[in-house]
Amino acid sequence: MNEVLVYIELQNEKIADVSLELLGKAQDLAKKTSAKCGAILIGNNIKNHHEILFQYGADTIYSTEDLSLKNYAPLPYTKTVCEIVEKSKPQIVLYGATVNGRDLAPRIASKLKVGLTADCTELQIGDYQKKKKGEIKNYKNILYQIRPAFGGNIIATIVSPDHRPQMATVRPGVMKVKKNDKTNSGKVVNIKTDIPQELLITEIIKTIKIEKNVDLNASSIIVAGGMGVGSKENFKLIHKLAKTLGGIVGASRAAVDANFINADHQIGQTGTTVQPKLYIAVGISGQIQHIAGMSNSNRIIAINTDKDAPIFQIANYGIVGDFNDVIPKLIKTFKTLKK
Amino acid sequence: MSYNIIVLAKQVPDTKNITGDAMKPDGTVNRIALPTIFNPEDLNALEEALKIKDEYGAKITVLTMGPPSAAEVLRQSLFRGADDVILLSDRKFAAADTLATSYVLSLAIKKIGKFDLIIGGRQAIDGDTAQVGPQTAEKLKVNQATCVNDIVELTNDSITVNRNTDHGSETIKTKLPILLTITAEANTPRPPSVKKTLTYKNALSLIEKNDYDEEYLKSNKKPFVIKNWDHKDINAKTERCGLTGSPTQVKKIENIVLETGNFKNIENSASGIKNLISELMSEHIIG
Ligand SMILES: Cc1cc2nc3c(=O)[nH]c(=O)nc-3n(C[C@H](O)[C@H](O)[C@H](O)COP(=O)(O)OP(=O)(O)OC[C@H]3O[C@@H](n4cnc5c(N)ncnc54)[C@H](O)[C@@H]3O)c2cc1C
Repeated sequence: MNEVLVYIELQNEKIADVSLELLGKAQDLAKKTSAKCGAILIGNNIKNHHEILFQYGADTIYSTEDLSLKNYAPLPYTKTVCEIVEKSKPQIVLYGATVNGRDLAPRIASKLKVGLTADCTELQIGDYQKKKKGEIKNYKNILYQIRPAFGGNIIATIVSPDHRPQMATVRPGVMKVKKNDKTNSGKVVNIKTDIPQELLITEIIKTIKIEKNVDLNASSIIVAGGMGVGSKENFKLIHKLAKTLGGIVGASRAAVDANFINADHQIGQTGTTVQPKLYIAVGISGQIQHIAGMSNSNRIIAINTDKDAPIFQIANYGIVGDFNDVIPKLIKTFKTLKK
Repeated sequence: MSYNIIVLAKQVPDTKNITGDAMKPDGTVNRIALPTIFNPEDLNALEEALKIKDEYGAKITVLTMGPPSAAEVLRQSLFRGADDVILLSDRKFAAADTLATSYVLSLAIKKIGKFDLIIGGRQAIDGDTAQVGPQTAEKLKVNQATCVNDIVELTNDSITVNRNTDHGSETIKTKLPILLTITAEANTPRPPSVKKTLTYKNALSLIEKNDYDEEYLKSNKKPFVIKNWDHKDINAKTERCGLTGSPTQVKKIENIVLETGNFKNIENSASGIKNLISELMSEHIIG
């Protein structure tokens, strides 16, 4: 079978986390279709990334190095990636659903006249049957591109059975990286490009890097507060529990909108997607858009005064009660047992 | 100088109030069952165009593809200051994915002819794909800047914009013509003007005329007629439009089913909490 390729996005000369996550998923998809997994790496001075890409699962790297590819710009990048895809003829190409991934992938799909599914949260391989005008056509081993739709109210499985490559952008934070320290090398295919001057018209004048004051994926424990916490003042209790457990503070959008905490902490469909070992949801009702960002957590504890709150449906442990009462007990018990 | 601006707008179901019944069995959207609105970020796109018109002068043409009822977003655009509006409506366009949509939009733009800027919203709230803008730009072979939160400078042949990135923002300068997609942060869309609303409130496209008051059509006042283009008007190949021209297909739609995993109700008591903490510690989840 033809390869499964991942477009490697460089951000500030570093490989974006989502690209490594996608290599993890691409290995699975490749295995299921008896294919190999590869990386598309373009830019300038990029050889130093080869080793990492092999370690994270690429069998082959398709690489184009050119001074004109130093920074991302839609026109030269579209041309270069299309050339690589046309040469390597992959069955699948995956992109991170980052700002620039979502800028680039649709142009490539448009140029190659193939399908593209945006912002997937799950990818699988499976069969598909198409019925058209009484005719039945069967497809084997095609890519199921699974994503929330309609503001997160439903989940859609999309396929592009008749076109190759099948392409999708995938939300950062949902796929798991797979590192193999023993593999440091593999095949590199260098592909030359010739970018005409008229494509080099985007000039970056200034970049502003805003450091997020929190990296929600940096800890294996998240304590998240919602509207039920009631105030910024009350949120101190959330911070205290997080600190006690060595975790990080998250929040629902309602809590962010109410200014209990800043937006960098928001978890969910329009915030960050997380999958910690332990997620403690405090005063969060469990609306679909919030759950979309945390339901893959290993264990979920929900603390809520309303025994019918939807969050209990996905929780592993539910405590019906007022957080003002429950959290101090949790802190005290943990400290006692830790001794 | 005065600019020629094309604004891409979409009528969308209001995704804040939606259930699984809003989908037809074939997986496409049952639009009739849903209240519709002007896609929010497309209003920001229109506002950006109107700001340019206010400052430098511009001819703004708003383009939408959709069912006859999508003429409503065109009326809303006229109420706010658009100069011309075009409805792309044809049964052949129905159930298009982003690729087939961008094909139709790009042919319509070619038919309009001259443009300096094409401006759309960052994404539509029904699909959240953000793909139609870039796909249209590619078909027209023009450059793009997506996620734009500010137009910093505009000259006769260049534009400087600030766009969001994953880690902050960047300011880029490039040449006209260009396609921009605009975020909600860029501006606050103006409300309809009372005067323009009175002028255009009866603007209609002839394909929606059944909904209209026959008396009004017979009255001696001439209504503003919203142009409607079908696949013939833009020379579109039907095999590249609508469902037929869409490489992506919906295999299935599911309502989100919340999983009841192995749920344990923890008693809100000293012993209940002690057991919970001990369990998590013994499994090395905390501690
Ligand atoms: C397009 C779209 C995108 C969205 N994206 C996101 C997103 O990314 N992330 C997100 O979180 N939301 C998102 N939302 C919003 C989402 O729909 C909900 O509105 C939001 O998650 C609700 O937050 P909440 O659970 O904190 O508040 P509420 O729903 O108000 O729930 C508060 C809960 O606190 C409980 N409570 C009250 N007092 C106490 C107490 N003393 N002790 C314990 N419990 C108490 C209540 O019983 C209730 O269950 C989005 C919505 C839309 C339409």
